[in-house]
Amino acid sequence: MGRVEYWGEHGMSDLHKISVTINGEAIRASVPARLNLVDFIRTEAGLTGSHVGCEHGVCGACTIEVDGAMVRGCLMLAVQADGATVTTVEGFADSDFGPALQEAFQNNHALQCGYCTPGMLASALEYLRGVRSSATGPDRAAIRDHISGNYCRCTGYQSIVNAIAEVATSKAEGKS
Amino acid sequence: MKAPDFRYERPTDVEAALALLADGDAAVLAGGQSLMPMMNFRLARPQVLVDLNRIDGLAGIAEDGEALRIGAMTRYADLAGSDLIATYAPLIARALPHIAHPAIRNRGTIGGSVALADPAAEMPALLMAMGAQIALRSTSGMREVAADDFFLGLYETARAEDELVTEIIVPKPAPGTRHGFYELARRHGDYAMAGVALAVGEAVRVAFFAVSDHALRAPEAEAALASGDIDAAAAGLEGLDFHADPNADVATKKHLAGVVLRRAWAGSSTGGNTA
Repeated sequence: MGRVEYWGEHGMSDLHKISVTINGEAIRASVPARLNLVDFIRTEAGLTGSHVGCEHGVCGACTIEVDGAMVRGCLMLAVQADGATVTTVEGFADSDFGPALQEAFQNNHALQCGYCTPGMLASALEYLRGVRSSATGPDRAAIRDHISGNYCRCTGYQSIVNAIAEVATSKAEGKS
Repeated sequence: MKAPDFRYERPTDVEAALALLADGDAAVLAGGQSLMPMMNFRLARPQVLVDLNRIDGLAGIAEDGEALRIGAMTRYADLAGSDLIATYAPLIARALPHIAHPAIRNRGTIGGSVALADPAAEMPALLMAMGAQIALRSTSGMREVAADDFFLGLYETARAEDELVTEIIVPKPAPGTRHGFYELARRHGDYAMAGVALAVGEAVRVAFFAVSDHALRAPEAEAALASGDIDAAAAGLEGLDFHADPNADVATKKHLAGVVLRRAWAGSSTGGNTA
């Protein structure tokens, strides 16, 4: 903890003590108020799976789970996560649909450069959790709606929708 | 970029938040889905940031006689999951899928959208079409302002700097009221290029967004829709105060306003959320 060089110009700012659970690990730190949650996760917690793209909430690459809801890591402050439970892409691997999504993304070539993938997986997880097990077939329009806030600059959207649809189908058929 | 430095305050009750606002040069952090980008771009540089997220009692949706009372910190995702909203505020229910993206709706709040008054945001026009009131509090008291009188210009509202938006009061629609909503955006969930919300019943209210510097009522169109004349309503948009934006000039805005009005009317219906 405490990469002094990162504080840089705001060395004078107040530090706030926070304690946050990330992927099951309790972390205590002192953070400046202006530090974004995703920057904290990457530089302080050392979890570099969450990507930083636009820093204004448009690209979706930094999407993470905070207290059960998918949110933009660049639009929350680290200090706001005090007491929160955070799950990043590193933790998604152990979550409900994580393994199925990993396999489906691989089978469907649903990532090219991989920059958008952590955020895509976050949005896919939230979509899949809302799919009723009685659903009849994957709803591709609903999948597109749900990942509409995630940019893939390789433009590989078809494959990403295919991968999520595959997992949604297995859920609907009661296989996962 | 990263936000410039600020003093961070996290009050746990409304009184403490109001005291901080009374000190001046403070920005209110609600869902942060607009303020944080503005700070990261350094378009906003508040000295003090007052975070409302740990104040109990500012969020929630309650039925109060002939109205719904919606706490300012109620998030879009919570509005989307609410039966009260689906039943008594069907215009909000219709519009929600168009308001940003799921991860933004998980954080963004109704009060934040109201206080910011982005000209392309849906909520100001929805509140005008529903005849809603906006409750404001400061250390010197509280008042309610009609949505019609609240949105004054580009990011400009009737809220004073020391006031906090605490609640939105939405009257239940009269039985048989017809509701319609339509917006055009380049990508689903992005800011609209033009949009409209309408309620046609005992009262007729038509409110546009993303066509001017703030949400606008359209009185001539309302008069025409009262008798169901959509052609006259579309023709009646001529005199509205259209503003250009980087997407479209005034002529295009005027054209799109007619398009969204016709589509909203065609898709309008009575009863709960059928969008």
